[in-house]
Amino acid sequence: MLHIEHLHVNVGDKEVLRDINLHISEGETHVLLGPNGSGKTTLLMTIMGFTNYTITRGKITFKGVDVTMMHAHERAKRGIGMLFQRPPTISGLKLGKLLTAISRTKQENIPELAKSVHMDKFLERDINKGFSGGEIKRSEVLQLMIQNPDFVMLDEPESGVDLENISLIGTTIGALLEKDKYLAKRKKSGLVITHTGYILDYLDADKGHVMCDGQIRCHGNPREILKDIKQRGYKECLECRNQ
Amino acid sequence: MPELSKADQDRLAQSGIDLAMKNRCGSYLQMDQDIVHAECTQEGIEVLSYKHAMEKYDGLKEYVWKVVSPEKDEITKYVASQKEPKGYVIIAHKGSNNIVPIQACLFLGREQIQHVHNIIIAEEGAELHIISGCTSGEHVGKGGAHYGISEFFVKKNAKISFTMIHNWSENIEVYPRSASVVEENGVFLSNYVCMQPVKKVQMYPTATLKGANSVARFSSIVISTAGSHMDLGSRAILEAPGASAELITRAITKGGTIISRGHINGKVAGTRGHLECKGLILKDGVIYAIPEIEGSVVGTELSHEAAVGKLARDEIEYLMSRGLDEDEATATIIRGFLDVKISGLPEALQQQIDASINVAEKSGF
Repeated sequence: MLHIEHLHVNVGDKEVLRDINLHISEGETHVLLGPNGSGKTTLLMTIMGFTNYTITRGKITFKGVDVTMMHAHERAKRGIGMLFQRPPTISGLKLGKLLTAISRTKQENIPELAKSVHMDKFLERDINKGFSGGEIKRSEVLQLMIQNPDFVMLDEPESGVDLENISLIGTTIGALLEKDKYLAKRKKSGLVITHTGYILDYLDADKGHVMCDGQIRCHGNPREILKDIKQRGYKECLECRNQ
Repeated sequence: MPELSKADQDRLAQSGIDLAMKNRCGSYLQMDQDIVHAECTQEGIEVLSYKHAMEKYDGLKEYVWKVVSPEKDEITKYVASQKEPKGYVIIAHKGSNNIVPIQACLFLGREQIQHVHNIIIAEEGAELHIISGCTSGEHVGKGGAHYGISEFFVKKNAKISFTMIHNWSENIEVYPRSASVVEENGVFLSNYVCMQPVKKVQMYPTATLKGANSVARFSSIVISTAGSHMDLGSRAILEAPGASAELITRAITKGGTIISRGHINGKVAGTRGHLECKGLILKDGVIYAIPEIEGSVVGTELSHEAAVGKLARDEIEYLMSRGLDEDEATATIIRGFLDVKISGLPEALQQQIDASINVAEKSGF
């Protein structure tokens, strides 16, 4: 599904990602762990195609097509989608209006989908204006439900969300990633950034990667890595695994 | 209705004028200095030409040049010097109500200067909704000017909404001079929409809130293209306890100049006012916001908020990540920026405002 080779990324003049290699197969969900500022969000934004993130070397291939130079909307149309940790507030733009714009010719029942994530009362509100942490995430999930991407990137879906909402968001994301389907029939893939790991109760991640200083430093079973990090912190975890 | 080319009919429609009179309860149409049509089917509401009205009601003379001074400037002097004043008088008699609006159309066809003097009165408890579409014909070659005096009288417990949609052209200058006086519990809503090129607009309508708990709300939604000079203001003078005013502007420049003025003067205790101007510079142009709030007593609460900026890249790319291309994303954000919902406005008029923005959106703003 997604294949990244020797990717180097600059923000301004500064190199923030170095020699990233990542392969995510159809039906797989991977977890990206790492300390704050290690480059996790940068990687997601680069895969999405944000122009602030300049690819200086390397290649991103999605479903066999080189998307390295593509605009964000072309990547979105090919099936890449992202849940943002801190999406912008857009004054005057109503959530319902955006959902209609995303939906285009699709026949989704927007009010019904909105109701399923308790956002039906927000359709006439300006996007993210005065939204709580949980409301922002539910709005993001709702947009993704309509977009229905094949490859879903999630940037800390549980941050700022209370326990009740984590369950709702987790279950909904699980459905987006077809976790309710048998493994062999699962087509959707995901890449999740998490610090707490709570979201993994709903996602059953296949692989974990640890990022540090703009590089992916180790790979492994996501729950084991998370356990190590929780017990020893990132520093010791990385030292151990580098041995 | 007069013979009009298809192009002129379309221009009228774009400024909210429905020649078929669908969803309109009355109509006034003036082409240059000729009054073509004046009628109203709504009981209790009269749409008359200025001349006819003065003949019919002796007492009307008291309303003339009452809230706008004839000595104010060259424009008022010019209109005051006319031997045959033109324009309309709309009277909503006591207790009358029109949710279906009246349309007033001022069409500049061939004349150099079109002048009008309008008197709009909502008697006690009446509710009056007017849409004023101002446009020029495709044949105005050398250019022209529109001088418009409008005097509004909102009596006790009455309400007037006046929605003005301008659809002039690059060679027209427009000088509205209008003022209103609002009595106890009265409401005055003034909406201004201009999405199309104009050489120059200059206006500074004033509402004097004389009665307790009276309300004035001015909303302006404008786009200024290269060559357009728009000097727009609105002023509210709060003279009675409980009076409140709100002045809202959304201004976009694509190369033109917009001067957005505003003034709220809180003269007595227990008054409130808020002024908000948001500007977006899409192409090189000027947005000059001059918000003024003036309080002279303890107990008046006034505030203002002004911001001028550009489209945020992160907002555009956020929408692109949802599959909208750059143009669609940009248009969607601009559309949101201009989306001002005006409370107290009948649905048909809000739709008309939305429709003018839609036309601009279709041409990619």
